[in-house]
Amino acid sequence: MDDILERFLRGERRALARVISRVENQTPEGREYVRALFPRSGRAHTIGVTGGAGSGKSTLTGALAAEYRRRGRTVGIVAVDPSSPFTQGAILGDRIRMQDLALDEGVYVRSMASRGALGGLAPTIDDVVAVMDAFGFDYVLIETVGAGQDEVEIAGTALTTILVNNPGTGDDIQAMKAGIIEIADILVVNKADHPGADVLVSQLQALLALAPAGSRRPPILKTTAIRGEGFGALADAVAEHRAYLESSGGLAEQRAQDARHQVLSIARAILLEQIRAATPAEELEALVLRVASRELDPHSAAELLAAAVRR
Amino acid sequence: MTAPATKKIRVLIAKPGLDGHDRGAKVVARALRDGGCEVIYTGIRQTPEMIAEAALQEDVDVVGLSILSGAHLELFPRVVDELKKRGVDDVLLFCGGIIPEDDTAKLEALGFTAIFRPGTNTQDIVKFVYEHVSN
Repeated sequence: MDDILERFLRGERRALARVISRVENQTPEGREYVRALFPRSGRAHTIGVTGGAGSGKSTLTGALAAEYRRRGRTVGIVAVDPSSPFTQGAILGDRIRMQDLALDEGVYVRSMASRGALGGLAPTIDDVVAVMDAFGFDYVLIETVGAGQDEVEIAGTALTTILVNNPGTGDDIQAMKAGIIEIADILVVNKADHPGADVLVSQLQALLALAPAGSRRPPILKTTAIRGEGFGALADAVAEHRAYLESSGGLAEQRAQDARHQVLSIARAILLEQIRAATPAEELEALVLRVASRELDPHSAAELLAAAVRR
Repeated sequence: MTAPATKKIRVLIAKPGLDGHDRGAKVVARALRDGGCEVIYTGIRQTPEMIAEAALQEDVDVVGLSILSGAHLELFPRVVDELKKRGVDDVLLFCGGIIPEDDTAKLEALGFTAIFRPGTNTQDIVKFVYEHVSN
């Protein structure tokens, strides 16, 4: 192996950048790096930032990182933007909102394309977060793709999930729906200087009041990320959530749940690859065409593919 | 084993200096996106330090600089210096904008492999990137 790991362990940012690329490209070296570095991870507090497109996630992520810098802590940021389903290309524009951190040596910002993953993250996000964690950042902030109602994957990657809401984006029935709102550990009403912010806060409060007795109620905070307002309180709320996890035993439970999810999803990818490898492309294509022409149903076709691996 | 290695070309498109004309940079970023690249777009008013730091952190294969202010011979050498200072010595450099023909040799000597002036077909830029970045 080359000297990249050695340079990584000495704290060289360029080595960190290289390691992330190889992990992201799923090269054999990349997997070796993850194997070597994973035991060093688990020390950073990982924080997910999710919410709709244009809700202010990037600006909020940058402002929260700036708050941690004021507190003397270091921050790694992974910001995911969508890949094109047609060309696989992507425009990664989250850095634009984080310019104030551009030359701060205690901050490292990495943009990632979603590369076909569903759920608002990227296929290798857990590995990239583990690598950043192993590099020694105190906090790793993970910004998702603009998420709608059902992109809940972030809760399995981050210890604390912040859901960013905005005034004027729907009534309380929207907030009552299942899905993303259920995974929020902290609710933020961003763009709090816009009309309707207080109405949204009270709607969210009313909604949380319906939660079963004894369950933790996520705090609701107002921020105006563009002006950096509300971030002392947000950082405090993140710390309170961490303390809650530690005192309630939830931390160990969440780590086990995240590990279970991660291992199963990697196993799923390995099996899919074995299925692909066991079936010649022409055979797969012929099978697919039988389904397309309604000669065969998709379940039976999938059974045939899976059976090819067992043979 | 698991999913096959998938190398994507990563490109940083940046605008050094103070001119705010980012139409060209955005058109090029969009063309590269449609060409299948992952394009990190950092917006206007970037200092040479910010551009070099972004190139390092994002581990890009290519850096494209756009400038319309006429300050290219002032700013581009500083971008190249800052990249070198950080050990980023293996990226493909290209530039575009209002750049007089007379300056071509100087920019080539700095390490810019291509200069794309107004009227360039964006597909030529995409082709250039794919021809020069080895996977």
